[in-house]
Amino acid sequence: MNADWDVTTLLEGMVRDLRPRVDPEQTAMIGIFTGGVWIAQALHRALGLKTALGQLDISFYRDDFSQIGLHPQVRASDIPFAVDGRSIILVDDVLYTGRTIRAAMNEIFDYGRPASILLAVLVDRGGHEVPVAADIAALRLNAAAGGQIKLRGPDPLRLELLTSPRTAS
Amino acid sequence: MSLSTFRFGDGNPQYDAQGRLRHLLNTEGLREPEMLQILDTAESFLSIAQRSVKKTPTLRGKTIVNLFFENSTRTRSTFELAAKRLSADVLNIAVSTSSASKGESLIDTVDNLMAMQVDGFVIRHPEAGAAHLIARHLGDSALVINAGDGQHAHPTQALLDVFTIRRLAGPIEDRVVAIVGDVLHSRVARSQIHALSILGCPEIRVIGPQTLVPKELSALGVHVYHDLQAGLRGVDVICALRLQKERMESHRLPSLDEFHRRFGLTLERLQWAQPDALVLHPGPMNRGVEIASEVADGHQAVILQQVAHGLAVRMAVLTLLAGAAGGGENHA
Repeated sequence: MNADWDVTTLLEGMVRDLRPRVDPEQTAMIGIFTGGVWIAQALHRALGLKTALGQLDISFYRDDFSQIGLHPQVRASDIPFAVDGRSIILVDDVLYTGRTIRAAMNEIFDYGRPASILLAVLVDRGGHEVPVAADIAALRLNAAAGGQIKLRGPDPLRLELLTSPRTAS
Repeated sequence: MSLSTFRFGDGNPQYDAQGRLRHLLNTEGLREPEMLQILDTAESFLSIAQRSVKKTPTLRGKTIVNLFFENSTRTRSTFELAAKRLSADVLNIAVSTSSASKGESLIDTVDNLMAMQVDGFVIRHPEAGAAHLIARHLGDSALVINAGDGQHAHPTQALLDVFTIRRLAGPIEDRVVAIVGDVLHSRVARSQIHALSILGCPEIRVIGPQTLVPKELSALGVHVYHDLQAGLRGVDVICALRLQKERMESHRLPSLDEFHRRFGLTLERLQWAQPDALVLHPGPMNRGVEIASEVADGHQAVILQQVAHGLAVRMAVLTLLAGAAGGGENHA
């Protein structure tokens, strides 16, 4: 079953929240494959960031690698700017356990030492297992454990819910 | 065995009963999806060498043993570096310092290392089948990578070669590839032929003197040439082989000079192939024998890229095999 949320509206909210916190000349943005890259592409365009968009595939940094093995399709991470001293917006579609974000930050620090990282997600669905919090979330839910929230895309972007979560706020 | 009773793992110790790649022993019998997954994953690892921290935490806590019963510089050091860049611990054992020289059997050596809770073996051995023997002995308890066994196979070399061709010459499905030199004694050539044919290379040629090219190759669909000029015509990629000087005692060649006169790659002879045909060599090179220095150092040679690619490909192989050990679905 599909949700009624319109991804375009949610993205507009994210742009509104992000705009006072970015300097289009300096701030860089990194999306996490796959959904996070789609969201980041939209935000990057709307905010008019001058630095080329970075993309991360965290497969080699996953903390469950030894249990689940290698993702069948690993894409190359690509950060086309110097990370040292940079303010970075890290973008993902759904924040759940927080483990992906932890892995992504570990990978970013292997490129250099950023000045700051701000986390922006489309949906914070709760259920965090590590102390990771989104600075910006278009939607904050309290989804039942085991429920699935998935961003389909890239065109059009659609948020799919496979359970019916309660809106937290 | 009929097709209906075929299960992955039967007769192919590289795969387990669930069809997961657990060992890399040979490019022969490797399925295309796993081969492509290794090549695609290697693309990702290639860029890691450009970062300030050239490591990923992927194999943290794992121990990989480099068990080398034969000399090697490139292969051993790139395997060591590959494992280290994946954050694994590495144990290097060379035959001259090991108890193999005191008469310990291969299996005993492996069992003793297994008692130290290691997770994988990279093995080079002068006898064909040594890595197979260890893989069958260990089953699922540790991963085994064949880093060259006798004149039989050298799968990671072949994978880094097809990776190099794919990156620098374009799609293998429409490239003509010639393997030149001592094909008879070459585990590299055998593994290259299997890798190229699995990836759909439309024309694989081997070029060399009759005494150094096995006749059975034409049965595999490989085109055999004994004349360098005819063999290089229209070729997009030339894979030179090291002339195994130590094999020459079998009198298959009158002299190294004679070999160079007929089959040595020189700048003039490169003209016989396609313009800007790539020249690969697995190393170590005998300059002035199978390859002239002007070719080895020229713009068509990609020999040092092959070394860099070898590191990325070996990281990909280690990652894929180590991931399967945890029960992960590693096939597409």
